[in-house]
Amino acid sequence: MAIRINGTETRAPADPRVSLLDLLRETLHLTGTKKGCNQGACGACTVLADGERILSCLALAVQFEGRSITTIEGLAGQDGMHPLQLAFIEHDGFQCGYCTPGQICSAVGMAAELARGAPSAVTTDLGAATVRFTGEEARERMSGNLCRCGAHNGIIAAITQTYAGAAL
Amino acid sequence: MSILDNAKAAAQGAAQAVMKKAVELAPDAWVPGGKPDPLIRSKHGLIGAPISRIDGPLKVQGRAKFAAEFPLDGMVYAAVAFSTVPKGRIATLDTGAAEAAAGVVLVMTHRNAPRMNNMPLFMTAEKAAGGDNLPILQDDRIHWNGQPIAVVLAESQEQADHAKSLIGVTYAQEPAVTTLAGARAQGADIGMFQGQPLKTTVGDAEAALAAAPVAIDATYTTPRHNHNAIEPHAATIAWHGDELIVQDAAQAVSHMAWSLASVFGLDERQVRVTSPYVGGGFGAKTLWQHQVLGAAAARLAGRPVRIALSREGVFRIVGGRTLTEQRVAIGAEADGRFTSIIHTGTIVMTRHNAMPEPFILPTRGAYAADSFKLEVEAVYMDMLANTFMRAPGEAVGTFALECAVDELAARLGMDPIELRIRNEPAKDPIEGLPFSSRHIVEAWRAGAARFGWARRNPAPGAVRDGAWRVGMGCATATYPYYRMPGGAARMKLTKDGSVRVEVAAHEMGMGTATAQTQVAAERLGLSMAQVSFGYGDSIMPGVVLAGGSQQTASIGASVMAAHHALTVELLKLAGNDSPLAGLGADEVEGLDGGLAKRGEPDRHESYVSILARARRDALVVEAAAPPPLETQHWSMHSHGAMFCEARVNAMTGETRISRFLGSFDCGRILNPKTAASQFRGGIIMGLGLALMEETQFDERKGRVMNPSLAEYHIPVHMDVPEIDVIWTDIPDPHAPMGAHGIGEIGITGTGAAVANAVFNATGKRVRDLPLTLDKLM
Repeated sequence: MAIRINGTETRAPADPRVSLLDLLRETLHLTGTKKGCNQGACGACTVLADGERILSCLALAVQFEGRSITTIEGLAGQDGMHPLQLAFIEHDGFQCGYCTPGQICSAVGMAAELARGAPSAVTTDLGAATVRFTGEEARERMSGNLCRCGAHNGIIAAITQTYAGAAL
Repeated sequence: MSILDNAKAAAQGAAQAVMKKAVELAPDAWVPGGKPDPLIRSKHGLIGAPISRIDGPLKVQGRAKFAAEFPLDGMVYAAVAFSTVPKGRIATLDTGAAEAAAGVVLVMTHRNAPRMNNMPLFMTAEKAAGGDNLPILQDDRIHWNGQPIAVVLAESQEQADHAKSLIGVTYAQEPAVTTLAGARAQGADIGMFQGQPLKTTVGDAEAALAAAPVAIDATYTTPRHNHNAIEPHAATIAWHGDELIVQDAAQAVSHMAWSLASVFGLDERQVRVTSPYVGGGFGAKTLWQHQVLGAAAARLAGRPVRIALSREGVFRIVGGRTLTEQRVAIGAEADGRFTSIIHTGTIVMTRHNAMPEPFILPTRGAYAADSFKLEVEAVYMDMLANTFMRAPGEAVGTFALECAVDELAARLGMDPIELRIRNEPAKDPIEGLPFSSRHIVEAWRAGAARFGWARRNPAPGAVRDGAWRVGMGCATATYPYYRMPGGAARMKLTKDGSVRVEVAAHEMGMGTATAQTQVAAERLGLSMAQVSFGYGDSIMPGVVLAGGSQQTASIGASVMAAHHALTVELLKLAGNDSPLAGLGADEVEGLDGGLAKRGEPDRHESYVSILARARRDALVVEAAAPPPLETQHWSMHSHGAMFCEARVNAMTGETRISRFLGSFDCGRILNPKTAASQFRGGIIMGLGLALMEETQFDERKGRVMNPSLAEYHIPVHMDVPEIDVIWTDIPDPHAPMGAHGIGEIGITGTGAAVANAVFNATGKRVRDLPLTLDKLM
């Protein structure tokens, strides 16, 4: 079975040690997904697996046969960039740009978690069908994505513009 | 140093002193910046416009290519093995299993590495960029715990990493100095920084302190820090014959090309270092051993090499900020006027680097006082070379100084802002030079009003909100204006009226490409779409370090010089048939796609028209910036007033920062959108310094114990409140564009503002960073 990456099928690697991150970066040259620590501590390698955010450095590529992966390169639609990508530019949600693809993919996955009512450490109503977007929810849920340039305010502003009040 | 070296240094020192005096006394007009940059006058154009980053679309789509993202035909992957002892010799080294492992192309050790020169140590020559000057795989000696001992090249990273694990090594250890006490026992030197001893004496500060009616005398300590840019160090390296091409993550491309040439015995023109995007630098993205190892292995294997350090690898071979132990004593009259400032202490460094963390630098210009005693003592350990990290000196020096000022204010019963303003100097307190631009009092007043400082309860531990104790603190931020020698720029005007500007400068997230495109377009009278700004390539003109917050000024002065040369050439080409006939370069300015007489916009000819009449397809000029004498003629600094509101849990000691404001006086702001990000970024790194950051060093083994982002904590989204930033926007009349670099000032003062807020909240004075909860319970 193949792995579907941004809509295109690709063969799983022969070497079972190859992480999904290295498959993306080294075999497919999809270098938008970044390697910041290769041990699940920084979030730079975040991609979406069937819409759920995962750390591709901690994922072996062979485990994703039959699954559908979306990377930063696959987020834009036919009519241009994803609204969150545009909001990151508008709110200066990055400086060096290295953590940015992971932040953006992570936020897309986070919005889906809110929509399906997955609670976080700061969620007060654990029984709600959907979790209401708040700045605190966003900061809590994005805390696995490190940024060293200090673009945190712009990142949260971009996410808020895109998802606060939106029908999740 | 030999007697001869001492004599040479003394002679150079005397010559420098004469030169320095001459520059001090020269008329303003003779000095760069003596005549204000005409761009300072333009008020409604691109300068100061909040333009979004021009590389934004690439970065948010993952299309900006970083150093480890250039695939080359036949490229192999490197893995580096590190020593596990701090000092000694390699006793046995077995590489047989590694060499036999699948996919392995080369195992390089000291036995087969090519002969190479040591890296030229940063600041020992104009273009020296090395973090240390030790032999690299040239012998069996170990100098620090984590030193590279072997490099494996293989067809895949997985194969290289596995083969590396098969290398067998034993060591003959030798006694190493890995404790602070042990280092002290070996003796101390006065730290030397930029060729000058870190020692300043004015009057008898100890006597003045003893005689002062009110005084504070305390010791503050700060731990080791690591830069931890999210992009780990990486390089993609290829040899073409004797030409070396390095796609690097670099904040000093020209320095690195020259330094690599020196290592491999090449002419500097045989080495090209490119670095279009850098995933954060903060002082660490210079030349460390990995680029040399990668290039040596590529030469030996005859294959291009990708060497991408693991996160642990960065901690093992790229230095960070060293620890400091600082005494700050301030003596004051009862009215708060300072009579004595003492700022002395100890830092740890190695015998093979050039960075005695100069924590006294902020104290040289912050306050007036009758007497000063400032001194940095260096002691030496067997450890990884420490290096420059964001605001080296000031980041930790302002922690000690500004906590002490707060402590003194409490003893005097004075408001800490009023105490600072009372000691505002009229001229540089040490050098006696006039300030080029200093509006820190305005910054204090504006910040205090906006932050609601008047609502602060001066009694410590008096405000409580449920389980949380709440306090406010403030501190001065300060960082020098630097402009280093060597800046140069090229401009190419083409017949369609567009201009390409090239400088060997860097974009690590500061917004360089965006802001400099704005500036160049404004200077030329073009739209941003008509200007492209090239950077990040050592074959471009200029020696422009992205460090010391000097890049904005260095590029600015270089582009001014190139623009002047372009204008001179254009006026020649325009000749007598132009409305511009008879005008000199200083009488015209860029306007509406051409040149016009200043104040007479109708006397204008477009670039397209000038080139067309001259039958030229293009006009290329290159010019060097004048030497940075302005920094010796005026005392040039950026300033800030930092305000923090901290909440400390009364039960657990956990500290949360609920509000922060930086009020800055840093000359004219070129782009408020990217500038606000730089200010906030510095402040956020300062919150890390205040609350959590520490490179833990095992004093038994000389080894970093937390070489990962899981164990070295940096601020995450939940730690970062909305950070407010404001600025005076008063141009420095003596700086290009009236602007100062602003990459570092945000981290200065922040640690003290947090500690002072925590004191106001709890009544507990923590003088040892980071302010972890165990110190507040």
